[in-house]
Order: sequence, then structure tokens, then C-alpha cells
Amino acid sequence: MATVLERLNHALHHAMEMDERVYVLGEDILDPYGGAFKVTRGLSTKFPGRVLPTPISEAAIAGIAAGMALRGLRPVAEVMFGDFVTLIADQLVNHAAKFRWMYNDNVRVPLVVRAPMGGRRGYGPTHSQSLEKMFLGIPGLTVVAPNVLGDPAELLQAAIADEEPVLFVEHKLLYPCQWLEPGHSELQDYSISKMGSERYPAFTVSPVFTTTPHLTLACYGYNYELARQAALELTMEREIFCELVVFSQLSPFALDPLLASLSRTRRLLTVEEGSLSLGWGAELVARSIEAQDGLRVRRVAARDLPIANARSLEDAILPQVGAVVRAAVELTG
Amino acid sequence: MVGYNTPRMDDHVSLYRTMLLIRCFEERLLAAFGTGKLVGTTHAYIGQEADAAGVFAAACPGDVVFSNHRCHGHYLAYGGGPYPLAAELMGKSTGLVGGRGGSQHIQWRDFYSNGIQGGIVPVAAGMALAERERQSGKIVLVFIGDGTLGEGALYESLNFAALWKLPLLVVVEDNRYAQTTPVELAVAGTMAGRFAAFGIPVWERDTTDVLEVKAAATEAVAHVRGGAGPASLILHTYRFSAHSKGDDPRSPAELERLRRFDPLAVHAPRLTDAERQQVKAEVTAAIDEAFTRADADPLPALLSNR
Repeated sequence: MATVLERLNHALHHAMEMDERVYVLGEDILDPYGGAFKVTRGLSTKFPGRVLPTPISEAAIAGIAAGMALRGLRPVAEVMFGDFVTLIADQLVNHAAKFRWMYNDNVRVPLVVRAPMGGRRGYGPTHSQSLEKMFLGIPGLTVVAPNVLGDPAELLQAAIADEEPVLFVEHKLLYPCQWLEPGHSELQDYSISKMGSERYPAFTVSPVFTTTPHLTLACYGYNYELARQAALELTMEREIFCELVVFSQLSPFALDPLLASLSRTRRLLTVEEGSLSLGWGAELVARSIEAQDGLRVRRVAARDLPIANARSLEDAILPQVGAVVRAAVELTG
Repeated sequence: MVGYNTPRMDDHVSLYRTMLLIRCFEERLLAAFGTGKLVGTTHAYIGQEADAAGVFAAACPGDVVFSNHRCHGHYLAYGGGPYPLAAELMGKSTGLVGGRGGSQHIQWRDFYSNGIQGGIVPVAAGMALAERERQSGKIVLVFIGDGTLGEGALYESLNFAALWKLPLLVVVEDNRYAQTTPVELAVAGTMAGRFAAFGIPVWERDTTDVLEVKAAATEAVAHVRGGAGPASLILHTYRFSAHSKGDDPRSPAELERLRRFDPLAVHAPRLTDAERQQVKAEVTAAIDEAFTRADADPLPALLSNR
């Protein structure tokens, strides 16, 4: 058993070991500190020439990584808190994501920007957000998020091997979670199947005790944990059976696994930690209904407010298991 | 001989040819907008030709270049041919990037441009890091304008370039106007001071004489190629045409006064009449051929999402 943090750290060690074009850059990543969340721990000791500590300059970090990628290296840049992706928006949107298509496929931009997102740690309005929704639907930019169902190391290595720029979104609460190696799921009455793309798979978690689940719960990243707890509660206390579809690739949208599940359940409930309006769930709902008439749908997300510092307020603003359960009951009522 | 793969030549005739090629290309381009052959906009390099010709007489042919919205002169002086650029500007499938980029977004060999002020500088710094790490022997030249001095990404990048001793030459072409805003309303302090703050050496010239530009560029390029870290080359010049097509608040009298700084007029006396006529004939033929050929080319089609 290993934690998500250990797997991500392993992936970086492995990538640097295997490919000398891989460079890691970011703020405070040198040992012994090893990065704000320790994902880069040990790298600077082992690969001192290819681990580049930077000043607090997110825009330049992302731009430099884009330039390195254009000229044959494979940079992995860390943005210390995902909230700071606003500072790299120009570099991702108007440079890295555009180069390949704008230059008529003459170039490649194999760049990874890692961004720890998410709240529930009391960090307040500017260090708790899930801002990835701002980068979904940007042509040329792939957005990926690990979860505990797939190997986070494989996912990060796939992103590093990708020829396109990738925004790699790591929910902070995922770091101490155990990666559920095959056969170790705590959902004992469920089967897990890998679907969608080989590189960034989705996982369909289906109850084995029924062939007709009542609804589909769609989520990504840490929110699998909320969906899982809700599914257990719904099963035990309400006899409402859920199939879960857990995405690794958030953008571009690849919905086949979801549509396969919806053809069985006809009900979609999306769970995300970003704010509700104009979010990931909204696009999932729209696309699902375009593909299949007559679906019933609900979204659970953060309220449209900044994320408060006080625990009571943060809990009220971010989605909780109870909200997922209530929405599922409404949807099946 | 004008066009692809022209070996770098820095004799008087070659410098004149490069500047005249840029001048004639841009004049032909501006004229073509009137005939409906071109749509969108463009940023002409007319008046600044000595900068591109002088800088690329000092750089090596394989060096990496990141240019900006006003990139045609840089591309032509770098050795790019006028035909695929003309085709790109006409939105043809045979253009430099198949009609996807247009005037401000071109790519050819080790030459790149983008239309975002300031944002290109960190990318160029990253390229410089890659060239150094790969030990290619290449340096990176990034072209910015006086207007770019207002962008924060520039200063983040200068800090990196100095800290990491990157092989990066930042060429500032101060044409004294950011679109319509005169430099006095946009730049506090001195331009050189902004580089000096990071310990980056400055070569600064107020000239439209291509030989003076070349001499300064040669020193700056040597500094960068020698591994001593980044350098800056600040060239105070004049733009004779509008920022893009019709946005020029300057009076006809002011524009007339600037003509005495015309880099072609400054350099022309160093050639004989026969040499000038020969160059003029070559360049005219090359531009005619480029635009005529591009005009006959097909438009691109969108085949898929890729």
C-alpha cells in the first residue's frame, strides 16, 4: 500500500531517472524541505542539475517551462497552491496551449504544470479553491486529476510522456489517501472497471448486487471519497444503488464511460468541489442530455461564494456527503 | 539572390538588400490590403529595418528567435523567404503555418512569433535554458518594444535570466510609440535602468545606421554566446508607418521630419549606383514572385479538430 503522495513522488523520481530531458521547477522544492506538499522530496538530492528552484514568479515559471518544452525538454512545473493558476493563465492559454495548432503542428509542447487544489484544510479564500474549471475547454490544453482508483504514478508519468501541455490537478486531501491497488477496494460489493482512454482512464464502479443501479454519480479526484461515502449510505439506509464514474481526464471531455452508465441508470448526479455555476458538472449535464434525451440530472458543487476560513463556514460552502445523499434522494424520488 | 537559405552576409550590399527586402515587402503588403487580397491587420516594420538587418548580421543562422506582433522584418532578416510569409498573410494553405497564424503568429525553423506583449519573454528564457542544457551552442534572441516594458512577465523573466545566466539577448526596439501612446507617457525612469537593476549589461544605441546597430549587436551577441549570461540591446529607432494600419496620431509634418532617419537613405551612399539598381531589381522580382505565387495558392480547409 502506498499513499497518493508517495506515488506522485515516485513518478517524478522515475521520470527523471528514465529520461534526462525531464526537469522539475518550482518554488521551495529543494531538499530538505522538498516542496510545500513534499511531492518533490528527494529530487534535488538525486538530480541536482535538473531540479530548478525558482523565485516567486508563477507566470515566468510556466512560460519558461513552455519554452523548455518547445526546445526539446520535458519540464514539470509546480504551482505551490492551485489558486495561483490565475497567474499562469496567459502562459497556458495564449502560449503553451496554442503553439502546436497555431504553428500548424510544426511543434510539440510536452509540458506538465502540477497544481495542488482544493479546500477542507481551513486555508481560507485564496489557498483552498478548485480553480481547474477555469481551464476546462481551452483548446490544446489537457486537464487531468488523479484519484485513488488508478495509480497516481502511472497517471503523472503519462502526463509527462504526453506531447501536449497538461494541467495536473492534485487535490490536497488526496495526498495522504491510500492508492487502492487492484483487489484492495473498500467497496467490497462493487466491481471496478477501467474505461475510456488508456492514458487517462475513467473508472466505473458498479454494484455487484444489482444489474439495475438507480443513478450515476460522476466525480473526479478527491470527490470520489464523497461519492463513495454517499453511495454506501444510500445503499444501506435508502436502498438506492449508485454506479460511480470517476474521471481522470477533465478536459477535453471524453464522455463514453459516463454515457454507457447513463444508458443503464437514466439519472446523473455530478459531484465537484469547484463553485456550482458554469462548472464541470454543468458541461457534463449538458453533453449527457444532448446525447440521451429524457435524463434526470442534479449537480452538487461548492456554493458560489469565496471559501471561508472558519471551519463552520467552509463546511457550509463546500459540498458534503449529506448534500450528495439529499440530491440522490431527490433524483430518485 | 533573395530567399531561403541565404547565407548570412554582412557586407554593405547584403545589409542594403535585407533592408530593402523588408521595406518593399511591407509596402507591398500595405498596398495589398487596399485590393482586398488581405484581411485582418498587420504591423509594418517600415523605418526600423536597420535593427533587424544589423542584429541578424551579428547573430548566427541557427540561433533561436522569438519575435512579436511586428515580426516580418525579423523573419526576413533571419533568412526566411518572402513567398511563404506572403502566403501566410493571405491566409493560404502554403503559408508558413498553413494560414492558422497570420501576421503575428508565425514559425519557421528556429524562428517563432506570438502576438502577446511580454508573455513571449519567459518562453524565450525557457528556450535559452533548453539550448544551454542541450549544449547546442545556440543563443536565443527575443524582440520586444518600448510598449512591452509595461508588462510584468518581462521583469520576472529578466530576474530568471540573470539568476540562471541564460544565453538570452533581449532586443528592445524603442520606436517611441506604443501603438499611439508616446514613450513619455508609458516609461518611467530609463530603459537601461530596468536591465541594470538585474545586473544585465546594456548596449544602447540611438541610431538608424545599420552599421552602428551591427557593431553593438556583435558585442552583445558575443557576451551572450560567451556564456556570461543575458544581455540587452536597446535600439532607439523610428516607425514610419502606423502601428497597424490606420492608427497613427502623428502629424504629416512630424512623419516628414523622421524621413531623414530613413535607414535605407543612411546606408545607400555606401553602395554604387549600379549596386543599388541591381539590388532593387532583385528585390522587386522576388517580392513580385512571392505575392503572385501566393495569390494563386489554395485556401486551407478545416479537416478535423486537430
